[in-house]
Amino acid sequence: MNYQVDDNGFYGRFGGAYVPEMLYPNVEELRQNYLTIMAEPDFQEELQALLKDYVGRPTPLYFAKRLSEKYNTNIYLKREDLNHTGAHKINNTIGQILLAKRLGKTRIIAETGAGQHGVATATVCALMNLECIVYMGEVDVERQAPNVARMKMLGATVVPATSGSKTLKDATNEAIRDWINNPEDTYYIIGSVVGPHPYPDMVARFQAVISEEMKSQLLEKTGSENPDYIVACVGGGSNAAGAFYHYLDTPEVKLVAAEAAGLGIDSGESAATSVLGKEGIIHGSRTLLMQTEDGQVTEPYSISAGLDYPGVGPLHAHLHQSGRAIFESITDEEALQAVLELTRLEGIIPALETAHALAAIGRLGAKPDEVVVINLSGRGDKDLATYLDRFNFDGK
Amino acid sequence: MENRIQQLFAQKPKGLLSVYFTAGFPSLEDTVPIILELEKNGVDLIEIGMPFSDPLADGPTIQQSSEVAIRNSMTIPKLFEQLKDIRQHTQIPLVLMGYLNPVMQYGVERFLQKASELGIDGLILPDLPLSDYVREYKALFEQNGLSNIFLVTPQTPEQRIREIDTHTNGFIYMVSSASVTGSTTEQSVSNTAYFERVNGMGLRNPGIIGFGIHNSETFTQACNHASGAIIGSAFIKALAKEGNLTENISTFIQSIRQNEIV
Repeated sequence: MNYQVDDNGFYGRFGGAYVPEMLYPNVEELRQNYLTIMAEPDFQEELQALLKDYVGRPTPLYFAKRLSEKYNTNIYLKREDLNHTGAHKINNTIGQILLAKRLGKTRIIAETGAGQHGVATATVCALMNLECIVYMGEVDVERQAPNVARMKMLGATVVPATSGSKTLKDATNEAIRDWINNPEDTYYIIGSVVGPHPYPDMVARFQAVISEEMKSQLLEKTGSENPDYIVACVGGGSNAAGAFYHYLDTPEVKLVAAEAAGLGIDSGESAATSVLGKEGIIHGSRTLLMQTEDGQVTEPYSISAGLDYPGVGPLHAHLHQSGRAIFESITDEEALQAVLELTRLEGIIPALETAHALAAIGRLGAKPDEVVVINLSGRGDKDLATYLDRFNFDGK
Repeated sequence: MENRIQQLFAQKPKGLLSVYFTAGFPSLEDTVPIILELEKNGVDLIEIGMPFSDPLADGPTIQQSSEVAIRNSMTIPKLFEQLKDIRQHTQIPLVLMGYLNPVMQYGVERFLQKASELGIDGLILPDLPLSDYVREYKALFEQNGLSNIFLVTPQTPEQRIREIDTHTNGFIYMVSSASVTGSTTEQSVSNTAYFERVNGMGLRNPGIIGFGIHNSETFTQACNHASGAIIGSAFIKALAKEGNLTENISTFIQSIRQNEIV
C-alpha cells in the first residue's frame, strides 16, 4: 500500500483539487513550485535555522514516568506544546511563509478555528513584515477572545466570517473567497492537511519534522527508532500527519488517530468524521465528510474548537479506509478527564485537542514492555476558561 | 443532434440574456413560476442553481439565497420533481448549476440520466476539474446530450482555454474579473484586453460573460465583448424585494434590456 500522494494529488481515492477555475492558477502555481522550492539549499537553511532558534526545535521527547506507571506501559510525550506560540501549528506556518516569500507574494491570508493557526500565521507575518488577514468564524471570535487579542497585537486583521454556521468551515470558505478575489499578490496559508492538492502533502511535509525528530530521540532513549504505538488527535489532521509521516511505511508501528466524539457518536453533537462521514468534497478535496443525505455539509460539534471540522485530511481518510491507522472516538468528558490526569500526574496542562489523544491511551491495550508515543500537540493556556468552568477546584 | 443551447447560439449569436436563480428561493415552489416568467420576459437562457451549504465561488447574495433554499427543504430530488413536466410548458434552454458534492451524493450517472430525461440541456459544476471530467464523465454527458459548461477567468492561460474549448460543446462562461459572484465594486465591465484576447483565439464555442453583471450598463458592455451575459446576484436581490414575483421579475428584466434597440 502506498501512503504518499500520487502524481495527481490523490491518496488512494482521496484528495485531488476540486476547485473552481478562479482558483486553478493559484493552486497550479503552488503545485508546480512547492517541491522545487522546498528542496533548495537556501530554503532549507533558512527553515532549519528558524525552526531551531525561533520555534525552539527539536522539541523534547519526554518519558512520562507517572503516567507510564498508571497505564503499566512506557509512555513518551513529544512536546510540541513547547514550540513558540504553544503548538505544532508554527512548524507549518514558518515553512509556508518562506515559500510565499519566494513566490513573491505580499499579502497573507489564513483561516482559524480556535485561533492557534491564526496566531501562528500572525506571528510569522510579523516576523517577515507581511500583511496578514485571518478569517475566523464569528462564533469562534467570541469564544476564543484571548487568541483574537494575540493576533491583533501581532498586527493581523481578524475578519469575522458571518456566513453559514460562522465557525471553522465558514472561515475556510471566506479565506478561499478572498483568494479568488486576490489571485495575484495573495498567498493562502492553510493550517491543516486539508484543501486542494498540494496543500495536504505540503503541510504534511512541514509537520513531518515531528516524526523525524522522534526517530532519533527514540533510538537514543529506547534503543529503537520504532515505538509500538503513536497516538495523535485528528481534526483536519496536521499534527497526526506530522507524527505519523516517517512511520507510514513501517507497519509494526501502530498509528492511532483520536477523533472528537463530542457528546457521543450517536448524540447528533459530534465531530467523529471517520465514523459519521461519507465520501464527499469539501474545500477542494475528496475525503470523508459529515453531510446530509442530500450532500449538504453538516455542522460538527466538539468541546475543542480545533477538532470541530466536518471533514478530515485526505491522507487520514486513506489511512482509515486502508486500515493503516486505528481511529478512536473520544467524548468531551473523556478528554476533560485526560486533561486533569496529565496535569496532576506530570505537571503539564495540555490543550483540549491534545487531551483527546491522551484519553486514547487506556484503549490501546499496551503491554508493560511496549513503547507508546503521544504527540502532545499543544498546551492548554488557551483553554483555561473552559477548564475553570468545567472543573471545580474550590477547596482542592 | 443539437441541444437547445447549441440551437440558441446558432439562431441568436449576439445580445443573449442568461439569468441565474437559486432553486427554492424565495419559496420552495417558486422554481417553475420563475422559469416561465423569465421566458415570458424575453430571457434567452436560464441557469437553475442547486443550493449548496458551502458555495466557494459565490458572494453573499447567492450564499444567502442558498441558505434560505436549503432551509426551505430544496434538494436535488425535489428539484427534479418540480421540473418533471417543464418541457410541456417551455422550450427555453435550461442549465443546472451547482457544486459537485450534492451531485456526487445523488450519483453522477443517475443525475445525468435524470436531467436528460427532464429536458435539461447543460450543466455548470464549477468545482468539477477538467481532468476528472475528461477522464470519468465526458462520455456520460455526451450520451445524455448534455453540454458541460466550463468557466475561464482573466488568469486562465491560453493553452488551458483551448483545452476547455476542445472538451465543451455549449458555450464558454467568461468570468468577468477575479472575484466571487455578486461583486459590484467595478461599475463597468472593464477587462477589455482579456475579452478581446479570448475572442481573438478563434474558439469553436461562443462565450458569455458573467460575474458582476448587474444592470443595463454592465449588460450592454458585456454584450459588446461576447455573445451575451449572465446575471445572477442582481436578479436574486430583485426576487427578494417586496411585492409579487411576477412584477419583480418583469421590472428587473425590463431594466436590464432598456438600452437595447429592438
